[in-house]
Amino acid sequence: MPHTKELVEKLVDTYGRSRESMLPILQDIQRTEHYVSDDAMVEIAKQLDISTADVYGKATFYSFIDTVPRGKYVIRVCKTIVCEMHNKSGIIETLENLLKIKIGETTLNRKFSLLYTNCLGWCHMGPAMLINDEVFTDLTPERVREIIAIYKNKN
Amino acid sequence: MSDRLKRVDVILGNYHPEKYKILAGAMERPNKDIIQDLIDSGLKGRGGAGFLTGLKWKFAAQVPSEEKYVICNADEGEPGTFKDREILTKVPRKVLSGMGICAKVIGAKKGYIYLRGEYKFLVAQLNDQIDEFHTYCDKLGLDFRVEIFLGSGAYVCGEETALLNSIEGKRGEPRNKPPFPTNEGLFGKPTVVNNVETLVSAMMVCKIGPDQFKKLGIQDSHGSKLFSVSGDTPRAGIYDLEFGLSLEEFVKEFGDGDTKAVQVGGASGFCVPRKKFSQTTIGYKAGLDGDNLPTGGSMMLFNSSRSMYHVLENYLEFFEEESCGQCTPCRIGCQQLKKGIDAVKRGIRPPEYLDQLLKLTETMKITAKCGLGQSVANSFSSIVENFREEMIY
Amino acid sequence: MENIISLTINGIDVSVDRGTSILEAAKKINIRIPTLCYHEDLCVAGNCRVCVVEAEGYRTLIASCATPCEQGMKIKTNTPKVRNARRDLIALLVSEHNTQCTTCYRSTNCELQALASEYNIDNDIYMSILKPEHLRIDKSSWSIEKDDSKCVRCQRCVRTCSELQHVNAITVAHKGKDMKISTFMDLPMNEVVCVNCGQCVIHCPTGALTERRYYDDIWNAIGDEKKKVIINTAPSVRVAIGEMLGYGPGASVTGKMVSALKQIGFNMVLDTNYTADLTIIEEGNELLMRLKKALVNKEEVALPMITSCSPGWVKFIEHMYPDKLAHLSTCKSPQQMFGALSKTYLAEKMGIEPENIVSVAAMPCAAKKFEANRPEMKSSGYQDIDAGLTTREIGHMIKQAGVDFKELIDSDFDSLMGDSTGAAVIFGATGGVMEAALRTAYEIITGRDVPFEKLNITPVRGLEGIKEAGILIDNCLPEWNFLEGVELKVAVAHGLKNARIIMEQIEAGTSPYHFIEVMACPGGCIGGGGQPIPTNDDVRKKRIKAIYDEDAGKPIRKSHENPEIKKIYEEFLVDGPLGHMSHKLLHTHYTKRNRY
Repeated sequence: MPHTKELVEKLVDTYGRSRESMLPILQDIQRTEHYVSDDAMVEIAKQLDISTADVYGKATFYSFIDTVPRGKYVIRVCKTIVCEMHNKSGIIETLENLLKIKIGETTLNRKFSLLYTNCLGWCHMGPAMLINDEVFTDLTPERVREIIAIYKNKN
Repeated sequence: MSDRLKRVDVILGNYHPEKYKILAGAMERPNKDIIQDLIDSGLKGRGGAGFLTGLKWKFAAQVPSEEKYVICNADEGEPGTFKDREILTKVPRKVLSGMGICAKVIGAKKGYIYLRGEYKFLVAQLNDQIDEFHTYCDKLGLDFRVEIFLGSGAYVCGEETALLNSIEGKRGEPRNKPPFPTNEGLFGKPTVVNNVETLVSAMMVCKIGPDQFKKLGIQDSHGSKLFSVSGDTPRAGIYDLEFGLSLEEFVKEFGDGDTKAVQVGGASGFCVPRKKFSQTTIGYKAGLDGDNLPTGGSMMLFNSSRSMYHVLENYLEFFEEESCGQCTPCRIGCQQLKKGIDAVKRGIRPPEYLDQLLKLTETMKITAKCGLGQSVANSFSSIVENFREEMIY
Repeated sequence: MENIISLTINGIDVSVDRGTSILEAAKKINIRIPTLCYHEDLCVAGNCRVCVVEAEGYRTLIASCATPCEQGMKIKTNTPKVRNARRDLIALLVSEHNTQCTTCYRSTNCELQALASEYNIDNDIYMSILKPEHLRIDKSSWSIEKDDSKCVRCQRCVRTCSELQHVNAITVAHKGKDMKISTFMDLPMNEVVCVNCGQCVIHCPTGALTERRYYDDIWNAIGDEKKKVIINTAPSVRVAIGEMLGYGPGASVTGKMVSALKQIGFNMVLDTNYTADLTIIEEGNELLMRLKKALVNKEEVALPMITSCSPGWVKFIEHMYPDKLAHLSTCKSPQQMFGALSKTYLAEKMGIEPENIVSVAAMPCAAKKFEANRPEMKSSGYQDIDAGLTTREIGHMIKQAGVDFKELIDSDFDSLMGDSTGAAVIFGATGGVMEAALRTAYEIITGRDVPFEKLNITPVRGLEGIKEAGILIDNCLPEWNFLEGVELKVAVAHGLKNARIIMEQIEAGTSPYHFIEVMACPGGCIGGGGQPIPTNDDVRKKRIKAIYDEDAGKPIRKSHENPEIKKIYEEFLVDGPLGHMSHKLLHTHYTKRNRY
């Protein structure tokens, strides 16, 4: 994929060729391509002069770096205790119905992925979820429907 | 509020009208005086572990090195904790002042704010603050630059050596200690890693002096503390409270009238049942009677509609996923605890199996490599011991 | 700061240098602390926690491998608290483990099994958390099998692959309950940069990483009347196989090994040393040819020339430095030379149809299995070597056959291709190929013995990572006058970490050498990935000593004086070293591979 190659080269120019650049590079690839492909990891390995296994080991350590393809909008619903207590399962059910996918899956049009995540730090305003980097709190099924409607209309 | 639940607004209180005045003041003082003030103030780390901040700075200052680092630990991931985000949103200048003072004292030229990926939305506004901070550093003759390093969803990176590995581009796994970061930290150089709130408190010590600071709180637990209150409470939110408050008063203030238990310190903290509220005070090792609990400030309230089995199961799922996985007791122990309570609940194992699991948490507590694995025992034993019947039936 | 630290361990006073770990200090006073993730060859991980001990004044137990001694420490290694914790930890590891020990290749040689037995673990304390997906064994590689169900996550393999070998084919992936040892994208082992050296295998405490076994095929061949099963045994097998059969490290059991192999049914037991001598002749001539081209003809030739006997090293350079393959000697390894000749020269001389020959190699090596299966290794018209077995597999075969090894009477190797010299024996130790080559090359050039006492070229011996030597060439024979006054500079590297240093010099154009020996494994073949477990520096030194003792005891110690070698050039390789026949049978070419 020439696009991935160019992207990695650009990121390496920005962050530098040392090992410390690894996580920022992975994060930026995740943001632009919605996951870090094996091609991208090979390219990072080349640019940073480390092994591909090494890149894979770092990438898989972090929950927010995906090594399998994800949708353009990754929804991460907090499943930790306080959100759990405040009807997390109702939120999940609503999302599953709206998107016609189960947790862990990606819609056929590659627009949405639905995942769990651990404590997002919004326990006083739970249930909470992230869509990419944006936070949504005080969720109710109604609010989730509104939010998803907006995202469905986004490109 | 009752007397013991004084809101003090030390941390989140208004800025001094003159920007970076405290830092400017600190620049004029000898390093050893600042360190002595911090030690005298009794300020302890606000991340939960409670190490004396003054000593940490002293150790890092003592090691001769051209290259040193100050790191602000904003990888706030403990369930029920959200105060660091509030600090970074509302009073980022106080945090940067704290970092600046620390840099001056230990001789660091470079600092990082390790910000959890979940708080990425803060980056832009923080960078503006950092830019402004740099201009003040230059004015004050402080050769110091701060950069944000963004995490990517790994609770264990809040452990200071895991955090260092993460910045270095390694897996965020805790290191063996010694060496401690103050001797060999980031890239092997002396490093102070302080929690967001600790840095603000350190700045407050510089501002009001150790004597004033010590007047807040109780013996061994000085100053105030931000509490993140959540769960079954009509008043969820963040509160700047003095140390040494009793849980009974706390519940009176924040409970919904039906509080059955309070989880103090998040999933890695302790669960206190109603019958122990009156004998429990919140602080590091207070010289008062009863149980005294350290905390990073997470206070989760549960009312009688909640199953404590379910609560514990949720914590254990959190730990078995968030353990880095390198050490035996934590990686396997967390899985066994979760599997174990499930087996007891389903009758696959007898109720006495809970005692075996309690023994396992003892092993984890004394053999795990870092605080994560060591502290799983806290919530497990406090829930299983206090709510045993809920585990079985 | 004081540089001597005094402490007590179990009440016994001990003084150690600053920086010594508690584990090492305990060892010094003969107190054994059990370990699992610790290995002498590797950096300290401190992750299995089995070595925890109690230290007065400490809140928790501490990992003795990872904690340096401090002044006045009071350590206890065997209190109830320590014992209970240790037992619990071992029980946890067992709960994550596939405990089908009865069918495990590493049974009785497994560190987890030994610990579980020593601490008498109750298998019922914890429920099994073994993941079903880990039960699939990766058998994709010719050389190495990876069985995640036996993995204890000690990361010894990962540290080996990165620290010792700089290959990094395997890594720690994922976290928490999903943490596992993985290749890139969890690809099969044959699709990643693994060089098959097998160092991960000899550093694995359990059966998670093992060599792929071929001995069942060989038993079947032995049982087949039509087949003539021929085995050649590498020099380092004879100084290590004893460790599997009741001897301590460093026992040289050549004669018994030959007897055992004959007894279990091999039709001919021959010596890889024979083709090691042949390698010296071919490779020595190749070096002189390259030097002549460079110095006399002023041609562009790749110098330094680097040895090619070590198949792990060969695959390493193919992956990591694909543009530098011209530096490799084109000589096949002794195993492959043997294979090619066994189905041509030997077949002809012995009157056996080559298709009925099963040519087996007993090797200290895992990579030899891959090498035997390289598509280009068919110069005899057949697969030159049918199977490369490790020292461990041979040890198992001898045990399976019920041979009472210690009681065997020594036998000699069969002939043809059974004669060898001291120069060939030392191939097994790092520096040995270089020493053997110099003994011959120097004599070709000058007509005199190498100027070292008793032919022992000591600068290239020993366990130092990179060794160097220079020999001034003077009073040449007329044919080699162009070398008069030249200082022949050589280097020896073992362990791929050191090979990388050598290669970086070549890439940078700063390599000062003419000839370099590289062995993939630390210590050379005696420390190979197919050798008995454990292998550590102590064991390596003993095996090396045994190797040099064999050399010293040989009547002929220079490859070119081997009478069978002289004979093959007279009768078979009639156009001489580097001639047409040897080019066809004894030389090879290499393949560029991906680094990433």
